[in-house]
Amino acid sequence: MSDPRDGAIDPGSLAAPASMTPAGACQPQTLPAGLTRAPVGVNSLATEHLILNMGPQHPSTHGVLRILVELDGERVVAGEACVGYLHRGIEKLAEHRRYSAMATLMDRGDYVSGIHNELAFALATEKIMGIEVPRRANWLRSLMSEVNRLASHLVWYGPIGLDTGSMGPFLYAMRDREVLLDILEDVTGQRMTFNYVRPGGVVADMTLSAEKKIRAFLDTFDQYLDEHIEILGGNEIFQARTRGVGVISRERALAFSLSGANLRASGVGCDVRRDRPYAAYSELDFDVPIAEEGDVYARFQVRMEEMRQSARILRQCIDGLPEGDFTAKVPKVLRPPAGEAYAAVESPRGELGVHLISDGTDTPYRMRYRPPALYALQVGESLLPGCLLADAIVTLGSTDLVLGEIDR
Amino acid sequence: MSTLLSVLGHVLPAVGLMLLNGVVLIYMLRKVLGHLHLRLGPMENGWHGVTQTIFDVLKLLTKEDPTPRAVDRALYFLAPVIVFVPSLVAYAALPFSNTLVMADLELGLLFTFAFTSLIPLGVLAAGWSSNNKWSLLGGMRAVGAQVTYEVPMLLAALPVVMMAGSINLGDIVRAQQPLWFIYNVPAFLLFFIAGLIESGQTPFDLAEADSELVSGYATEYASMKFGLLFLSEFSNLFIFAAMLVTLFLGGWGIPFVPEAVMQPIAPVVFMIKTYLVIYLLMVVRGTLPRVRVDQLLTIGWKFLLPASIAWVMVTGLVIKLGQTVFGGPR
Repeated sequence: MSDPRDGAIDPGSLAAPASMTPAGACQPQTLPAGLTRAPVGVNSLATEHLILNMGPQHPSTHGVLRILVELDGERVVAGEACVGYLHRGIEKLAEHRRYSAMATLMDRGDYVSGIHNELAFALATEKIMGIEVPRRANWLRSLMSEVNRLASHLVWYGPIGLDTGSMGPFLYAMRDREVLLDILEDVTGQRMTFNYVRPGGVVADMTLSAEKKIRAFLDTFDQYLDEHIEILGGNEIFQARTRGVGVISRERALAFSLSGANLRASGVGCDVRRDRPYAAYSELDFDVPIAEEGDVYARFQVRMEEMRQSARILRQCIDGLPEGDFTAKVPKVLRPPAGEAYAAVESPRGELGVHLISDGTDTPYRMRYRPPALYALQVGESLLPGCLLADAIVTLGSTDLVLGEIDR
Repeated sequence: MSTLLSVLGHVLPAVGLMLLNGVVLIYMLRKVLGHLHLRLGPMENGWHGVTQTIFDVLKLLTKEDPTPRAVDRALYFLAPVIVFVPSLVAYAALPFSNTLVMADLELGLLFTFAFTSLIPLGVLAAGWSSNNKWSLLGGMRAVGAQVTYEVPMLLAALPVVMMAGSINLGDIVRAQQPLWFIYNVPAFLLFFIAGLIESGQTPFDLAEADSELVSGYATEYASMKFGLLFLSEFSNLFIFAAMLVTLFLGGWGIPFVPEAVMQPIAPVVFMIKTYLVIYLLMVVRGTLPRVRVDQLLTIGWKFLLPASIAWVMVTGLVIKLGQTVFGGPR
């Protein structure tokens, strides 16, 4: 008896019957708006442009980003970022979650800095309900935010090395990040999706072992940070690859409502922690680093300096952690009064905001989530035309994209 | 029959050496990069993972070898061969010792360069025939890199030829007794940079820049066809290092050690020197970021080419002056 799998497969037998094919499904791929083919024959030297589909599976799209670029040789003529491959409908799901269960969902937004996501939601809830958060809880929130910020910035620093072709910095960054994730795991029980910050305070108190780990980390980190800056930022080739590349002017940054380190690298000193303090930041002493150039190297410098400031905040937090409760007395089932509130935190990627509307029931009526990386992606996309393919990757990478947050 | 045997006797050692080099170099690269990057590299198979590459090769050999439907079949199958064969043939003229050389050619230097410069042709063929845009870009970049390094590399080797008065690689090595030609530092540096571009090591690994072009020209290749591309890459690395040792680091020789003493240990000395150079290349690879395409061309055309031409003239002038003033033999 012959096995039907033997022999050549007739391609016709695999095609869906005509009745199942939607109209136009087999049409040749049409170019999206904004992309044009070069006119062939107008100039005898003009060559046909290449439409390149970068992603969603590509080594340096920082998740599942798909970028459609039109190339003239190595030069990008037009580019379009296609998002949505990681869409899980977090905003819609939020309408069916109780307030205390939202932290798990928020973690899955920007999975590289979960604490900030949880914190933004908790702050918005507390604003509607008027909950007074204990001082120790506020300090713990700041402390864990900074630990998470350091871990997140290291995940920016490593991949920017990979994007420019240097493998070493990534693994050096992972050495330090491992310690930070250990600290986070020690306190929250998780390495990435923490479920730690809840309306009213935090879930768990600082542990003795975590405190010891943080102090040990702070002892070495300044030296390691200098090493990081030296190993990548001090490199001639890296500077040649990043100086003057992907320049976001001050005007463009503001027009695209960019925030965070990307904005500060374009010369606008804006930091939610300083300008609209939340958690314990009004009691903490730190600087907001700014660079003027707006290029990839400026973003590198700002993020590196921010890590130094984060370590400084961490030191203050661990030394001055006040005594008291780590959470306020809140009811098991939260039913905020009808109303709305917007709360923002300075996530490693910029202003992460949560706009919450309550209708008085135990689930939000609507939760709108402002992902800073989405705005960064739009700026990055607007910079694509005219740059080289290699620069396009570095430019997009330098805006610190996390697709979990962009797609939500 | 005896001719066939003698040919086989010359070819088989070359193939064996190339395969062995490939296996050793892959393991070495993983270990060197690993330790540079605060990790261990392979550790599981054998003592410190020494047999890891053997298992990898077995895996490559036994993998399914799918051919994408839309490739240019003839070129697609031919490309790995075009890449592999020249890098094998280039072993022929390498002098491992005074007598141990597979083909002692009068034009040894030219022979080696001629065959290594065929390799980008195969890379372009691989990129073009794969019907993949990443491969195409990788292939184009390989050719762009080749026109950049080829001329400066030969011109950087020219001062050595002038100093040795021969392009037989054995004669060049013998001329480096007792002083290695590395004292001609600019020529050495120019040759080194051009060779970095040739061997596709990290600052210049544009043809398969993994963060930009996925795997460059090798994207569509699988199984042993990929294995051949991969192997010849390491073979090129070895050839470049061997050429560097031959031209600038005294080949098999050690200063002031007479030939009679050197004879039995010469191949070992040669291999040790070559592997030290390869180690240096790997450290460079593990440290530096990658330059951009336009930067590579700028380095090649605006720096390497004029500098190497100028240095040929300077060296010639110095040699001529030396002859005039001291009345030397050359």
